[in-house]
Amino acid sequence: MTPDPTGRAPSYTDFHPRWYRVRVSTYWWLTKWSYMKFVLRELSSIFVAWFVVLTLLQIRCLSQGPEAYARWQEWMRNPFLIAGNVVTLFFVLWHTVTWFNLAPRAMAVRVAGKRVPALLIAAGNYLAWAVVSVILAWIILGG
Amino acid sequence: MAATIQLEVTRYSPERDAAPGVQSFEVPYREDWVVLDALNYIKDKLDGSLTFRWSCRMGICGSCGMMVNGEPKLTCATFLADYAREPVRVEPLKYFPVVRDLVIEMSDFMRKLVRVKPWIIREQEKPLSEGEYLQTPDQLDAYKQFSMCINCMLCYAACPVYGLDPLFSGPAAIALAQRYNLDSRDQGAAERMKLLSQHEGIWGCTFVGECTEVCPKHVDPAGAIQQYKLTAAKEWFKSLLMPWSAK
Repeated sequence: MTPDPTGRAPSYTDFHPRWYRVRVSTYWWLTKWSYMKFVLRELSSIFVAWFVVLTLLQIRCLSQGPEAYARWQEWMRNPFLIAGNVVTLFFVLWHTVTWFNLAPRAMAVRVAGKRVPALLIAAGNYLAWAVVSVILAWIILGG
Repeated sequence: MAATIQLEVTRYSPERDAAPGVQSFEVPYREDWVVLDALNYIKDKLDGSLTFRWSCRMGICGSCGMMVNGEPKLTCATFLADYAREPVRVEPLKYFPVVRDLVIEMSDFMRKLVRVKPWIIREQEKPLSEGEYLQTPDQLDAYKQFSMCINCMLCYAACPVYGLDPLFSGPAAIALAQRYNLDSRDQGAAERMKLLSQHEGIWGCTFVGECTEVCPKHVDPAGAIQQYKLTAAKEWFKSLLMPWSAK
């Protein structure tokens, strides 16, 4: 046996002189588009949290009267904030779409012994999204 | 001159090499050949020392799983024709220790498989004289998809969570646990829950979903794990709201 040029001591296991193990790279998620999509989906939760914080701050300003709300609107006109919120919107949409598309896999709904088709479950989620959005738009814009 | 295709095969000899290397082989290109045929050609005609596992050649024994151009594949079901005559890279399954050439060490998977008790558990076996446990087609349908697993471990080679956390039970073992949990004849769900509801069980899974993509038997282990997460969460709420109902 030639000596190990890396100088590492071979890890000895019963009945097998030496197994070769590969360490997983920190950048494993860069090796494949599907892994990348997964990491972006996980990352999107930070942007969802940012929108939640923003909404809470907006409600707080709203409760403090018209002056505070005017200040809020002024603050929101900051171009950096607008750019950041456009990126956030993209991630929130990515979050919604990816999770809605995955929902049928987690939900094995059975009606009369037969599993409800995946398309129907995903469609139900999208429909609920659309209905809630329309109601909110009606309250905010028209109501 | 007959057409040929190049195979770049991982070679590793624990006695000789510090780390695996790549060896190229020129093999005849035939449209009806799968990667396993090419490996067997190498072993028969070019280098008898090439080591790999295979058995049935028909996608049911689950022995010939390897990485083909970076993707976990059953080599008996992966046609050379799909690689457009480019060199085909054949490597041992990812995330498992390599014993030699393309042979990986699988006892970690075997131990995990046994731990989820993938067999029918009865609180009380009924006597043979009472006959078999009957099941309706709908009851069979509830778990049939998960019962198609052939233990080929392609899903482990696709799972970065398993690669990063070797304690993770992994896709196939959890899918098989779920296969028995959903079986109307089984009464072992509570026993399996103890193991599966740990971090090393279902909660380790982050739903990358690649296990399902690579499964040659369309088992959908990712779906099995997420469905079990729902079950476990419901059980947890139930035990929180009604502690007296816990066994």
